[in-house]
Amino acid sequence: MNQEKVIVCKGLTKRFGDFTAVNNISFDVAKGEIFGFLGANGAGKTTAMRILCGLSFPTEGEATVAGYDVYKQQELIKKNIGYMSQKFSLYEDLTIIENIEFFGGVYGLDWKEIKERGSDLLTTLGLQQEANNLVGELPLGWKQKLAFSVALFHQPKLVFLDEPTGGVDPVTRRQFWDMIYEAAASGITIFVTTHYMDEAEYCNRISVMVDGKVEALDSPANLKKKYNVSSMDDVFYRLARGAKRGEG
Amino acid sequence: MEAVTLKHIVKTYNQGKVKAVDGVSFAVEEGELFGLIGPDGAGKTSIFRILTTVLLADNGEASIAGLDVRKEYKQIRSSIGYMPGKFSLYQDLTVQENLNFFATVFGTTIEANYALIKDIYDQLKPFNNRRAGKLSGGMKQKLALCCALIHKPKVLLLDEPTTGVDVVSRKEFWDMLKMLKQQGITILVSTPYMDEATLCERIALIQGGKIMKIDTPAHIIQEYPTKLYAARAKEIYRLLGDYRENEAIQSSYAFGEFLHITLCDDKKSGAELLRQLAVQKGHEQIEIKEITPTIEDSFIRLMDERHLV
Repeated sequence: MNQEKVIVCKGLTKRFGDFTAVNNISFDVAKGEIFGFLGANGAGKTTAMRILCGLSFPTEGEATVAGYDVYKQQELIKKNIGYMSQKFSLYEDLTIIENIEFFGGVYGLDWKEIKERGSDLLTTLGLQQEANNLVGELPLGWKQKLAFSVALFHQPKLVFLDEPTGGVDPVTRRQFWDMIYEAAASGITIFVTTHYMDEAEYCNRISVMVDGKVEALDSPANLKKKYNVSSMDDVFYRLARGAKRGEG
Repeated sequence: MEAVTLKHIVKTYNQGKVKAVDGVSFAVEEGELFGLIGPDGAGKTSIFRILTTVLLADNGEASIAGLDVRKEYKQIRSSIGYMPGKFSLYQDLTVQENLNFFATVFGTTIEANYALIKDIYDQLKPFNNRRAGKLSGGMKQKLALCCALIHKPKVLLLDEPTTGVDVVSRKEFWDMLKMLKQQGITILVSTPYMDEATLCERIALIQGGKIMKIDTPAHIIQEYPTKLYAARAKEIYRLLGDYRENEAIQSSYAFGEFLHITLCDDKKSGAELLRQLAVQKGHEQIEIKEITPTIEDSFIRLMDERHLV
């Protein structure tokens, strides 16, 4: 794996009043790495991700994303990352091609580029016939695949996937991971959250957040060895059951 | 007696263009913990909405606690507990106010059925005066369960209670369900998480509006038609590609840290064949074993057999 760092994060902290949502977290993510970002509900994952996506300022600490500073270069971060979540990714009332054109435009691609890449994308996905169908009418699995492709449309170095496979059937979920692997193999860094522990196994490295801190950070194999358990499910359970914050 | 029955239920949307529920029939026995297992869009929520009398089916019959969903909807509404998939409590009311509200609507009090909710409510009590909207995911779920139980329903219908909830809270929630079952409550619960299937007594696997299988989890696993192998090597993703290209291999897909594989010819030396193929492709640190399938393997297999992939 390439040693170029796409995310560097040192002592990152975010406080809301007297509540420390993210408490002094440090980690690096390498180019082309699939990095799993796990944590119990309320552990601080979303807050940390918002900072790394340039949507929120940290209170303390340092971080760069795709080489840009999270305090001073938020707009450049946004331009150079892709983002996809289960909750929001595409406009259901726009057609497939309209969504592609819209997101291409938002990310500042010129019209010629959008047209060319858009048509390539439709061919790759095998959706040429459906280009003028509303996204809302697509089966969920196709929506997810299209959303992932749209998140990569402006060729970002790094893509954030926030529970991308929630509720998706087991076959489509695996096809989705094929796409993740392919993207990672082409040098795109993947930062992914999931509640499916079998998917945690597909990551190169995993971090587990508990009560605002990164309690564990290693490859799935090393984490299992360290906690002397046979599955990531057990690793997660061991780490997260001590969490205080889920109670509140 | 059967607590819940569905006979050939059909539900379409958009003037018949979308078939959400396509001839679904099943029955839940009194006191049973029954799971409806399937992904988003399988038709689970439509089934729950039909059973709870908030949606009319196009066709078919359904009843709860012996009451018809069409003719006796009023009695049904007062005798069932329903926890919808979306958090449905009043975000601006506190924990206590929500409980009081639901108790009053059902013509009862928190005290009247306190024994039933005590174990769950005890965990919520420290937050009695907190607004529901400010609770964590796990706590919201517990409050919603308490509110659904407040009038001591005969049948409890839980639509994806554990979706988006972390592993620890999910385990706790299933422990609560077991406890409620012991008190004689019939529970119909849906989930997209295949690993939760084994926590139910019987399950229906549902996909694309159709039931693919109804049985005990153990039986479904036993009925898996071929041998299943798990394999891994140093470069597992390359191994997956190599197996997929091979004609002797029927199916090969990622499953946690292993690949799960079935062979076209289900002969004894499958593990040896898989090892040889991996060696030929230059793989290292090869590990291959025959394994017992999981519900997720069965689900994938059934989808494949029905050409739903």
